Amino acid sequence: MAENNRYHRQIILKEFGESAQVKLKQAKVLVIGSGGLGCPALQYLAAAGIGTIGIVDFDLVDLSNLQRQTLYSMKDIGKPKALVAAFKLNDSNPEINVVPYTFKLTKEKALELFPFYDIIMDGTDNFSSRYLINDACVILNKPLIYGAVLRFEGQVGVFNMADKQSGIKTNYRDMFPEPPEATSVMSCKEAGVLGVLPGIIGVMQATEIIKIISGVGKPLCNKIISYNSLHNSFHDFEIYPSTIATNNYPKDEAEFLNFDYDWFCGACSNVKEITVDQFDSMRKNEKVMIIDVREKGEHPLITEFDYVNIPLNEFQKSMSGISTENKIVIFCKSGKRSATAVSMLNEAFPQCDVCSLVEGIENWKMINQ
Amino acid sequence: MEINLLVFGQLSDITKCSEMKIAHVNDTQQLIIKLTTQFPELALSKYSVAVNRKVVFENTMLTDKDTVALLPPFSGG
Repeated sequence: MAENNRYHRQIILKEFGESAQVKLKQAKVLVIGSGGLGCPALQYLAAAGIGTIGIVDFDLVDLSNLQRQTLYSMKDIGKPKALVAAFKLNDSNPEINVVPYTFKLTKEKALELFPFYDIIMDGTDNFSSRYLINDACVILNKPLIYGAVLRFEGQVGVFNMADKQSGIKTNYRDMFPEPPEATSVMSCKEAGVLGVLPGIIGVMQATEIIKIISGVGKPLCNKIISYNSLHNSFHDFEIYPSTIATNNYPKDEAEFLNFDYDWFCGACSNVKEITVDQFDSMRKNEKVMIIDVREKGEHPLITEFDYVNIPLNEFQKSMSGISTENKIVIFCKSGKRSATAVSMLNEAFPQCDVCSLVEGIENWKMINQ
Repeated sequence: MEINLLVFGQLSDITKCSEMKIAHVNDTQQLIIKLTTQFPELALSKYSVAVNRKVVFENTMLTDKDTVALLPPFSGG
């Protein structure tokens, strides 16, 4: 009776009714990432009465999250997101079962966890995780609710779920067969995101999940919607099974476990990095060549030490002129482009001693102020 | 013959606008060549191409008033 009252407003919808509510209660949804997309989606999934909700997030709440991650407050800073989110959701709806997982999603964990859930939602913030989640969903035959944001734009789609009429089933790789070069990837940390945007996209993801479980409406199968908050525009695009995609992804669990997602997404896992302390001691005490791979004039301007500026897009062709006699330290704004430059140098000159300044010159400047 | 081009996400930083008309291109390959000549940085970016709201990977014929979209992947969440 208490439950009926809680869900009264949706049960009285004639398309929905008691039977849809029962389906929601029986459903198990796994949300990966309880950040910008995860928070709003989780709030509505819990409120709607999804019986079991899993939350995977290894991250801790940070002040910079509060602009868009609406489940967290000041007193949560430093606490594991998955635990705080689970607590808040159970507080608002004690009738559901919320399971927090405070680890980083790996291939092994994906194969272990996904079979327990009916639907997987991708609320992660990097390509490596996105391809990993997609491939695991394809192998384990789980519907995947995709959402991604950048600046003022967002994308949402339903993958790996056959369209009822056509029987066609597509996945993330049919839309984006290959990840972009690490050099051209912009994270929200670097490029920014309007706080409400993941709110809108995350809620759209939750909507698709509720539609699929309840059987109400037509899910966004084989389509991607692109939303632009500045133009108030929605564009949808149809996706078809692509041979480029099918040739590329792992076909079974064994191939999946052998697939190197960090390498595939150019996450530069083998790049040697140095901390601010190590860098400062090195430049004061050793012969070291310092290279800035930012664009000319990019801030913060550095006058504290000598360096040469070779923007990353000129790096490949200028690389042969770099002397590899001394140690080399490469920096950029955030540490991403410098990591790419290091892997380029490593490839061309395997013997050279080159490393990337971790978290970039912005972080260095902050510490050295 | 003129097509309507929609540019999404960070690609519009390169093209400096999110919508434009392009004349005299017969297929998507010609369009991409024309665009990368005009905006060399596009060559460094990964994106999918959609013609009249359908994602295509093969070279696709274009006719007058077709709409072509360039869609980069986003990773933010």
